[in-house]
Amino acid sequence: METKNIMIVGVGGQGSLLASKLLGHLLLTQGYDVKVSEVHGMSQRGGSVVTYVRYGDHVYSPVIDLGEADCIVSFEALEAARMLPYLKEGGVIVTNTQQIDPMPVITGAAVYPEGIIDQMKATGAKIDALDCLSLAEEAGSTKAVNVVLLGRLSHYFDFTEEEWMASLEAIVPERFIEMNKKAFALGKNA
Amino acid sequence: MDNTKQLMLGNKAVARGLYEAGVCFISSYPGTPSTEITEEAAKYDEIYCEWAPNEKVAMESAFGACLAGKRAFCGQKHVGLNVAADPLYTMSYTGVNAGLVIGVADDAGMHSSQNEQDSRHHAIAAKVPMIEPSDSTEALEYTKLAYELSEKFDTPVLLKMCTRVAHSQSVVTPGTRTVPVKQYEKNIAKYVMMPGNAIKRHPFVEERMQALTEYAETSPLNRVEMGGTEIGIITASTSYQYVKEVFGDRVSVLKLGLTNPMPVQLIKDFAAKVDRLIVVEELDPIIENHVKQLGIKVEGKDLLPILYEFSQNLVAKSLGETPHVPAYTLDTPIPVRPPVMCAGCPHRGMFYTLNKNKCTVLGDIGCYTLGAVAPLSAIELTLCMGASIGATHGFNKVLGEESSHKTVAVIGDSTFMHSGMTGLANVAYNQSNSTIIILDNSITGMTGHQQNPTTGYNIKGDPAGKINLEALCRAMGFERVRVVDPYNLAECDQVLKEELAVNEPSVIISRRPCALLKYVKHEAPLRVNPDKCRSCRSCMRIGCPAISMKNNKATIDPTLCVGCGVCSQMCHFDAFESTKKEA
Repeated sequence: METKNIMIVGVGGQGSLLASKLLGHLLLTQGYDVKVSEVHGMSQRGGSVVTYVRYGDHVYSPVIDLGEADCIVSFEALEAARMLPYLKEGGVIVTNTQQIDPMPVITGAAVYPEGIIDQMKATGAKIDALDCLSLAEEAGSTKAVNVVLLGRLSHYFDFTEEEWMASLEAIVPERFIEMNKKAFALGKNA
Repeated sequence: MDNTKQLMLGNKAVARGLYEAGVCFISSYPGTPSTEITEEAAKYDEIYCEWAPNEKVAMESAFGACLAGKRAFCGQKHVGLNVAADPLYTMSYTGVNAGLVIGVADDAGMHSSQNEQDSRHHAIAAKVPMIEPSDSTEALEYTKLAYELSEKFDTPVLLKMCTRVAHSQSVVTPGTRTVPVKQYEKNIAKYVMMPGNAIKRHPFVEERMQALTEYAETSPLNRVEMGGTEIGIITASTSYQYVKEVFGDRVSVLKLGLTNPMPVQLIKDFAAKVDRLIVVEELDPIIENHVKQLGIKVEGKDLLPILYEFSQNLVAKSLGETPHVPAYTLDTPIPVRPPVMCAGCPHRGMFYTLNKNKCTVLGDIGCYTLGAVAPLSAIELTLCMGASIGATHGFNKVLGEESSHKTVAVIGDSTFMHSGMTGLANVAYNQSNSTIIILDNSITGMTGHQQNPTTGYNIKGDPAGKINLEALCRAMGFERVRVVDPYNLAECDQVLKEELAVNEPSVIISRRPCALLKYVKHEAPLRVNPDKCRSCRSCMRIGCPAISMKNNKATIDPTLCVGCGVCSQMCHFDAFESTKKEA
């Protein structure tokens, strides 16, 4: 099969690590060759962060380039818009509607674009947007935004609920499993 | 760890390779993208691991361990190898006893570095072999092989990682550990590099390079993958992955895993089999120049950039293939999101104070380098580890009075231990009227919370020796050593003014633990009373990511705010209130 590409994007500190770990685990147990790539260090301090997840028969490059992503999972609306050029024709963006102002917006040097999600939809790209923060709070912790997103993402894969849950149980510490299962279901059924 | 197939970070795969190769001693200094090698190795009880104060000390310690007969390792980022270059270049002469491998991680694209130097130059200049894996599987295998080469050829071996190999996970199958051990034997002619002995060792170094070049011809580290013969590509490291991604089997590839020294005949034979020869390598044209020296017609930097890291689209575009292009684009400008100091960062209060006092701030390497970013825009120099103090000394010496009452050095606790101490010795000895501010957040922050000699804990989190910064500065001869809490703006302002005013060198220790440390207890988030907020934007000058203006009033994001209270000290209208529930 052709290599498939998933990008996980957000703001440093939002917890994208768990999402990529869970996806990596799931894809590996499904028998794919997998590469997961991210950048650590300075960019993690509140800057834009990107994780690449690639899977297929044999994956070479660890990164995803412009026009290559089958799916972009975004923790924040502006970051989804920033990465839109990476989406492949017919691909999907699953995004949290949360808005976090970047420093140039905070200082007044730039403005946060109005109606950014509608603007993305207007390009013809498939945008699946949901308020993950509220759903995560409903599940029991604002930190569960990542699992809410994964629940939503599960719509776009053929894997069974059991397969997703098996990876969730393998990755998440035991005491948080029930809360995360709830978060996954809330995202999936939103 | 179970020995089944698993996804593993490149750096963790190196750590696994160190474990399987029987390494007993690791001394490193953290630096992105190399840090996880040592952090992951420290999880194996069989390996002694430590964070050294700097890379030079780490490398010398690792050398001592290999001299004593145990396989050893030292890890650092590319610029760290500059610090450790001094021992490296002479270790090339002494050779090793047990195997010694030196990990160096380059950062093409400068994701988290001050330059993008190509460490292959160090391998060439020091005349030691360099091995470059292109994914996690190779990272594990090549690490083990590096120890065999080190002992076989009596040489330290450089293992070069890059950001995309170090910080990518790919599939690895772990193996088992075996521990080869050697005896230490006194050998003055080999290990005492005074001129009389070094003169005799240099021919050995040259002969070793010859022997390694012969080894390179047939080494399993170098492999030919024949495909279409219209184009032949010589490549290494992560560039190999991009080439395969773009071309698959449509071209022939010579992949070099041993990039110093490089083979001669293998390259000549490969060149003879293809119509057009291209080198695809990130940064400097090192393979390309080698091929050109052999008198072979080759293309490389005339097609591909010398700057930044590559990708599949870049390789495709450069070599005349059709790259993927964006399917959807927005016309709206998307504001950049640069990294910023975290909410509650203890550095913020000190930078605000320095700005308020219109100080010239010469900075250093660490999270606090972000003090150069708007709206603080406080730092005016960032060069290398420890440079803030040396530079402030020189700056003040030549400008005298006009500078010394407003110019300061800012340096973190870990960076101070790394190479700030020697700069401070110079200030004490040659007496410039300099004010040195040690931003002591009680951790090595930027690289992800590593312990250092001032924290009182070792790499495993166990209690360790703890250097007292105040006592150290006083012992160096500083009469004026002040400690302030950067959350207390009035105190910072008063102490800074006093120390800038005096006519003698002084040290201010700005002390408060990093807000991200697990043991740091956060206060309840603050909120803004919109009736009291006069929209003066005073609080916006500290560049806190938790504060923004909504409907022309300051608002606080409660998911980010840690209640540090710096903003409330700046507000003239008492608009910030605690959300803490009264007991």
